[in-house]
Amino acid sequence: MTVRGTDTEKLRAELKGRRFKHPGEFVIIFVLTACAAATVLTTAAIIFTLFGETFTFFKDVSIFTFFDPRGEWQALIDPRDYAVIELVAGTANVVFWSMVFALPLGLGAAIWLSEYASSRSRRIVKPMLEVLTGVPTVVYAFFALTFVTQDVLRPLLGAETVPIFNSLAASLLLAVMIIPTIASISEDAMANVPQGLREAAYGLGATRLEVASKVIFPAALSGIIASVLLAVARVIGETMIVAVAAGSTPNLSLWPLDTVQTMTGYMLQVGLGDAARGTPDYDSLFAVGSTLFVMTFALNVAAGMIVSRFREEYE
Amino acid sequence: MTSKRTFAQLAFLGAALVLIACNGRTIVAPDFETNLDFGSLGGQIRVDGSSTVFPISEAVAEEFSYVSRTRVNVGFSGTGGGFEKFCRGETQVSNASRPIKDSELEACRKNGIDDVLEIQVAIDALTVLVNPENDWVQCLTVDETHQLFSAGGAERWNDVRPDWPDKKISRYYPGPDSGTFDYFNETIIEAVEGATHTAEGTPSEDDNILAIGVQEDRYAIGYFGFAYFLGSGASMKAVAIDNGNGCVEPSFETALNGSYAPLSRPLFIYTRESFMAERPEMLGFIEFYIKSMDVLVPDVGYITMPEADKLAQLAKIEPYLQAASVAD
Repeated sequence: MTVRGTDTEKLRAELKGRRFKHPGEFVIIFVLTACAAATVLTTAAIIFTLFGETFTFFKDVSIFTFFDPRGEWQALIDPRDYAVIELVAGTANVVFWSMVFALPLGLGAAIWLSEYASSRSRRIVKPMLEVLTGVPTVVYAFFALTFVTQDVLRPLLGAETVPIFNSLAASLLLAVMIIPTIASISEDAMANVPQGLREAAYGLGATRLEVASKVIFPAALSGIIASVLLAVARVIGETMIVAVAAGSTPNLSLWPLDTVQTMTGYMLQVGLGDAARGTPDYDSLFAVGSTLFVMTFALNVAAGMIVSRFREEYE
Repeated sequence: MTSKRTFAQLAFLGAALVLIACNGRTIVAPDFETNLDFGSLGGQIRVDGSSTVFPISEAVAEEFSYVSRTRVNVGFSGTGGGFEKFCRGETQVSNASRPIKDSELEACRKNGIDDVLEIQVAIDALTVLVNPENDWVQCLTVDETHQLFSAGGAERWNDVRPDWPDKKISRYYPGPDSGTFDYFNETIIEAVEGATHTAEGTPSEDDNILAIGVQEDRYAIGYFGFAYFLGSGASMKAVAIDNGNGCVEPSFETALNGSYAPLSRPLFIYTRESFMAERPEMLGFIEFYIKSMDVLVPDVGYITMPEADKLAQLAKIEPYLQAASVAD
C-alpha cells in the first residue's frame, strides 16, 4: 500500500476498508473505544440520575417556589421554603470575592512570568506556583477557618464585625486555590504569542509595559479568558473550603463579612445528614445539584464561544 | 495552640471522610460466653419503632448477621407507630424512646399480647453549651431554652432576660436531619403548640464545626449530643437546665438518674417473654443485643448504661438462657 502525500481523509478512507492484519489490533481498538464509551456513559448516567431525582423533587415542590427571587432557602426546617436564590447568592458571593483577589494576582503573575522573568527564575517560580494546585482543599478549608478568620481577620477587623464563619476567609483561600490555574494557563497563552509580534513591537519603540499590555495581552486574550472561566468553574464546584469556612446559613448577601451557604455547602450538609430517601429533604440535594450542573455547563458553553470569538490566528 | 487544634481537626475530618467513604462500620461486637449455639439460629425477626433507637438496633442487627443465620429487618416508624405494629403481632421487637404507655399495653392485651418485656438499652441526652467567656448564663429554664431556639423567639440575649447583654444570639445546632436535632425539637420546641425551630444561625452535621463556632463566638449558644460533651465538649461551658425543680447540671450521674430533665431520656426495646421461652433466635438476638451494647451504643453516639443496670437487663432473660442450656 502506498500513502500519497498527507491527505488524511484519503488515508482514513483507505484504512477503513482494510482488514486487520492482526486480531490483536481489533482488541486494542475495542478496548480504546470502550474507554471512551465508559466516560460518556458515566456522564449520561450522572445526568440521568440527577434529572430523574430532580423531577421527583418538583412533584413535591413547585418550580415557582424554587425560582422565587424573594423566597428563602429553608429546606430542612418547618415552615419549609425552597427558594434556591439564597444558595445561588452564596455561591455568587464567594465567586465574586475570590475573583477580586485572584484575577489581579493571577494575571499579574502570568505577565511577570511571561514578559519580565528571566528564563531561570521562570523555571524556578512556575513549578512552585503549580505545587499549590496539589494542596488538598480540606487543608485550605481549615487554614481559612482557624488561621485566616481567627488569627488575621478577627484581630484586624474586630471579633464583633467578623463572624466566625464568613465568606471573606473562604474567598481568600479559594483565590489561593485558583491563582495557579489562572497564572499557569494564562502564561502558556502569552508565551505562545509568536515572538515576531513581540520583536515588531519592540522595533517600533514600545516599552516592556506597552508590549505586555497592548500586544501580548490582547493576542493571548482567548487563552486568558479560558483560564479565568476554568477558575470560576472550580470555585463554583468547590465544596470543602466553603462548607468549613463560610458557614451554613443561607443568606441573600454579597457582603464578604456575612455567613453564607453555597449550593455545594448545602449538598454536603444534606449528604452528611440522615435524610431518608424519597423525602423532599433528600430530593432537594438533586434539585440543587441540577442547578449547579446547568450553571457550570452554561459557563463551559460560554467559555467555548468566547474563546473562539477572541481567538487570534497568526499563521 | 492553633496548629495543634488544626491538626486535631484535620485528623478528625480525615477519619470522618474515611468512614463516609467506606459507609461501613469498623467496630465489631466483642466476644462473649453464651449457652446458645448462635451458628444454628435461623428464622426472621422484625424490628420497628423509634428512629432514635434505630441506629443501635441497626448496628446490633448487622453484627448479629455475622454470627447467626437469622435475618433481622429494622424499620423506623416512630415509637408510637412501632407499638401499634408490635401490639398487632406484626413485629417481634419494638424500639422506643419512652416507656410504653398504659393505653398501648391495653391495646396489646386485647390482641392477647400480655407478656411484654421491657429492656433498657441506652441513655440519650443533650447538652446546651455556651462560650467559656459567657459570664451571664449559668442556668436556663426550659421556657428560656425554648425562646433561644424557636422561630420568632428571642433575637438578642436581653430579650430572654433584661439584664443579659444587648447582643445578637449566635446559634449553633446539629443538622435538621439528625436525631439530636429531632430530640431537641420534640422536647423543647414542639412542646409548645405550633412552635417551630429557628432556621437562623449555623446548622452543621459536624460537631467539631459547631464547637469551633461556640468556642470562638462570645455570644454563641449551641446544643450537642451528650457523648460529644463528655468527650471533646469539655472546653465549653455547659448550662444547667431548670425543669421546674431547680437547676440541674448535665453530668453522667444526672443523666443516668433522670434528674437532668427533659434533656435526658432512657431508650428501650420491647419484646415478649414467650418469644424468649419459645424462639431461640429471639433469645439469641436479645442476649447479643445486651452483651454488645457496651461497644455499639457509644459508637452510634449514645450513653452506655452502668454495668449494674446492664446486668439488671440481662437478669430479665437469664432464666430463659438457663433453660436453653439445660435443653441442649
